[in-house]
Amino acid sequence: MKDNVVLRVVTKIIVPVILVFSLYVQFHGDYGPGGGFQAGVIFAAGFILYALVFGVEAIDRVFSAATLRIMTALGLLLFAGVGFWSLIGGERYLDYDALAQEPLVGQHLGIFLVELGVGITVAAVMITVFVAFAGRTPD
Amino acid sequence: MIEVVTVILFGMLAVTAIAAIRLHDLFAVVMMFSIYSLLAAAVFVAMDAVDVAFTEAAVGVGISTVLMLATIGLVGRHEKRPTHRPGLPLAVVTLTGMVLVYGTLDMPRFGDPLAPIHQHVAPHYLQDSPVEIGIPNVVTGVLASYRGYDTLGELTVIFTAGIGVLALLGIRRRKRDES
Repeated sequence: MKDNVVLRVVTKIIVPVILVFSLYVQFHGDYGPGGGFQAGVIFAAGFILYALVFGVEAIDRVFSAATLRIMTALGLLLFAGVGFWSLIGGERYLDYDALAQEPLVGQHLGIFLVELGVGITVAAVMITVFVAFAGRTPD
Repeated sequence: MIEVVTVILFGMLAVTAIAAIRLHDLFAVVMMFSIYSLLAAAVFVAMDAVDVAFTEAAVGVGISTVLMLATIGLVGRHEKRPTHRPGLPLAVVTLTGMVLVYGTLDMPRFGDPLAPIHQHVAPHYLQDSPVEIGIPNVVTGVLASYRGYDTLGELTVIFTAGIGVLALLGIRRRKRDES
């Protein structure tokens, strides 16, 4: 689809908007609808749209296969790590009150980190799945 | 007014589902699935479940459509002629559907404040989350804090799905690159 000038131009304009919107959904999830999962999916959708028009190899320039694998594990580790952090703080697993002096600050911090972990893993898995499917040719 | 919208949306859902069954061009079927998801997202918005609608719109309309299109790219876009007769599957599906509808007759009315689900922990979440969590979106508070275990489990499922796809599809592709 690289030869279609309309697709190419529209994609180049719209992909940055999609990525910024995904960050908004990620970090504004405390106040409006959305959160890590939706943000991760939208972030991945931006890359998938770009890859649909410019080829799957375009993703490799930003996220190599190794980077994607590290991101997949990193998000989950971040989530689980926050749980252990609250254990060290003397509270129950994933009780964010322990993360700061003020319980509400701790809750804010915990939710922020946990949603970030969700977003990273979801985005990485979605891009990985797309690359795995689209990178194959019919046998 | 909202009832009219809901009836129209459900009617369109039914039309899309029947069209998806009747069509034999798989590309058109995938487009029908995508429209179905978009309509489902609209239904969720009409039910004030914007977070769910958001997810449905992003995953159902976006990602899964692209994945199904990628699969069609591999397997070809035309349905193979079915080798079996549709009688028995149709009977099973109809019977299951009737049993499910019968099951919903016992369910509380939509939005009934006396429904059991609104009597258990939901009042606690709604009334105390501003004090205990301190963020305006209760859904995020429930998902990330009160139900943090569940969300961790869900993320583990997504992680496992990614690993599974890599194990099935990714490794083979890497071998081909090396050769």
